[in-house]
Amino acid sequence: MPIDMAQFHQLFFEESQEGLDIMEFGLLNLDKGNMDAETINTIFRAAHSIKGGSATFGFSTLSHFTHLMETLLDEMRDGRRQASHNTVNVLLGAVDCLREMLDAIQQDRVIDEQAVAEHKQQLQLELNSLNVAETSEPTPAVNPILAPQTQVKSSSAQGWKIDFTPHSGMFRTGNDPVRILRELQELGELSIVLNSEKLPDVYTLDPENCYLSWQLELKGAIDKALIEDIFDWVEDECDLSISALNPASVSEELDPPRLDTNKTSSPLYSQKDANTTKVSSEPLLQVLDKTVGVRTKKSSSIRVETGKIDALLNMVGELVITQSMLSLIGENFDLSKIDQLKNGLEQLEGHTRILQENVMNIRMMPISFVFSRFPRLVHDLSTKIGKKIQLVIKGEQTEVDKTVIELLSDPLVHLVRNSLDHGIEMPDQRIAAGKPAMGTVILEAYHRGGNIVVEVKDDGKGLDKDILRANAIEKGLIDESTMLTEKQIFELIFMPGFSTVEALSDVSGRGVGMDVVYRNIQSLGGNIDIHSERGKGSTISIYLPLTLAILDGQSVAIGDECFIIPLSSIFESISIPGEQVNRIVEKGETFRLRDEYIPIVRMYEVFNISSAKARRISDGIVVVVEGQGVKCGLLVDNLLDQQQVVIKSLEKNYRKIEGVSGATILGDGSVALILDIPELIRLAQKQNV
Amino acid sequence: MNVKKDQTKVAEQIEKNEKDQAGQAQFLSFTLGDESYAVDILSVQEIRGWEPVSRVPNVPVYEKGVINLRGAIVPIIDLREKFGMQHQGYSALTVVIILQTDHRRTGVVVDAVSDVLDVDERTIQQTPNFGSAISTEYITGLISVHDKMVMLLDVKRLLHLESLEQTNKKLLMDYMSR
Repeated sequence: MPIDMAQFHQLFFEESQEGLDIMEFGLLNLDKGNMDAETINTIFRAAHSIKGGSATFGFSTLSHFTHLMETLLDEMRDGRRQASHNTVNVLLGAVDCLREMLDAIQQDRVIDEQAVAEHKQQLQLELNSLNVAETSEPTPAVNPILAPQTQVKSSSAQGWKIDFTPHSGMFRTGNDPVRILRELQELGELSIVLNSEKLPDVYTLDPENCYLSWQLELKGAIDKALIEDIFDWVEDECDLSISALNPASVSEELDPPRLDTNKTSSPLYSQKDANTTKVSSEPLLQVLDKTVGVRTKKSSSIRVETGKIDALLNMVGELVITQSMLSLIGENFDLSKIDQLKNGLEQLEGHTRILQENVMNIRMMPISFVFSRFPRLVHDLSTKIGKKIQLVIKGEQTEVDKTVIELLSDPLVHLVRNSLDHGIEMPDQRIAAGKPAMGTVILEAYHRGGNIVVEVKDDGKGLDKDILRANAIEKGLIDESTMLTEKQIFELIFMPGFSTVEALSDVSGRGVGMDVVYRNIQSLGGNIDIHSERGKGSTISIYLPLTLAILDGQSVAIGDECFIIPLSSIFESISIPGEQVNRIVEKGETFRLRDEYIPIVRMYEVFNISSAKARRISDGIVVVVEGQGVKCGLLVDNLLDQQQVVIKSLEKNYRKIEGVSGATILGDGSVALILDIPELIRLAQKQNV
Repeated sequence: MNVKKDQTKVAEQIEKNEKDQAGQAQFLSFTLGDESYAVDILSVQEIRGWEPVSRVPNVPVYEKGVINLRGAIVPIIDLREKFGMQHQGYSALTVVIILQTDHRRTGVVVDAVSDVLDVDERTIQQTPNFGSAISTEYITGLISVHDKMVMLLDVKRLLHLESLEQTNKKLLMDYMSR
């Protein structure tokens, strides 16, 4: 009964991805010139696990490819090879190729054979550069013991006879003989003779033991090393002998048929093979194909620290206790128990809140998941465009919701590429401008209020207002006469159809436009802010909500309607006497809060609410909020309640509403809209014009 | 008893299959004033009574607001107003049909639900062209039931709201060009 391997595929993919990340990280470190043994070992181990895993799961293309990398790394590990820039680049390329292959397998696509072949060739070239004298062998075995054998031996054999007798404990080490047979099958025409002689009767049979052995004949001009490779993983757990089918073509002396570590020349297959059954390998393979054929759909999963789960379990335990306490009170309730009931309910509330926090916590991941890919990107791109750039990463331990992480990655790549491409100048220009030749790009994440802020900062040339403006007019996006503030001009780059390529630099090859970045961030409920100073550099800040699912809100009443204002954006709520309101050109109302003049937005005007009661500012309450650095006071009828609300999407069934980030369901079952403060401020400004 | 039930079931199944082969379709018909309309019954998720909605700011007047449909936020559209007919007050007898297309759910307010119609697809007539005077963009065809005309509505087109992307673009344009 074959185990359904497909169930482990997802795990393998995830582990491999992690392995690839480790390799990439290690290689980039090597590139900086510190060739320390531990780094190389780490890379080697990662490669080795991927190879092992892929072989076990039958992804032979993967395992063969990784094998080449491993060989190269092995030479580095032994100190036979120095980590030259070229070697590292070839290996990095191979890592990319491997990642492609993994993705292809995972998504059920066809592997790009040509790309694979190219990378293989590169690896091979790199290998040969050292091994010219040593070997002409395409795939030298990892095992150093085997190396001398494989060098001398030529691939002239017409075929191989393999006696393969697994030890009875082979299954326990997680190896599957069938996997090996399948791999052999890929090398050439394979005929399999099964020896089930040792198989006990069904009553005494221990299903965890392997009783079977095989006699195999592999036809074709195949390298012995390839065959040995396949048995590489099990050589300690079986008796194995490989001999040439046609002894005349291969010298027995050069190639003794004893790769086996136990040197047992399989006496099992003597003439008494009475119950040897000859089976074609085809049906077997079909079964295997079926198990492999169950494709794992790309499902999203998350790795959680055990600590977090323990906390969760603890809380559930507490909750159960509270629940049983409450039901005890409820069983024969009278008014004397009202205090107990209150206590119980308070406990319940506390537990529920902690439970909720813990569950949310599970979704939080450090932003280093996104940041970790940037050293590589900067390394590659700066080499390509001939600029000297160092990347500084700060605050990579900042935790963000998993969804945010996933959706943040593409926009960030785009922004960083823009900084490299258009922001940072060529070294000579930088020196001429009195700056160090090495440009700096800073990638930083931190918490502020209820937001996560991610910043991409460079010390390049900054945005040029005049060029941006001229370009927008040329594209017909704005009129010659349109007056724009500095900030608005910068934000032009987020408009669809506004390409900055000609305007800012002549480096081409930009993918999606900045409007896509803008849209992605917006769909996350976030916002983008640009600061730029000509000649000094620009900073692009992305503001994102801490979590996408729940927020602390203040509900306010305007007429018959109820809205939620995120608590994180509220400064204070005050009631203002009429005489403290100042007017600017009879329209804009402001009031003085300590040292600042703050504009007042009449919410019922912005949202056209006819039932609003507070028509005079002194009748209502002004909620002072801040969005993207702009403060303003929202006039509402009344403050209602502070509560945690679960954010529901309006767009799922409906569409985006200006000034509203989502909706929630209140305790009474009715729907309340959640205000999007930055957008609301913009909306109000627009209506004031 | 059970056996008998099963038999009827089987009979129904057969009957249904025959119907399908004959190009039959079922429609839910409802009225708006004196007019009868019908929608494909497969797009009808449920029929509810009117309940107060939460108003949404700055949207066309026929988009009445949103309701909480078992945890999902679902918009409510008044079909009378959408078709430019006189608005009538809502009462407990006003009916909301929850329609579903492309995983989006929308409630439409109608005067009353009438019947489930079995329609032979061959009897569906083309919508006459009134030029630009009367918009027939939501009507896919006409059928006649008891000598009365029933208009078949294209649910997909009816519920198509300005997509998110377009709205965002428009927002941005507005903002930039002010």
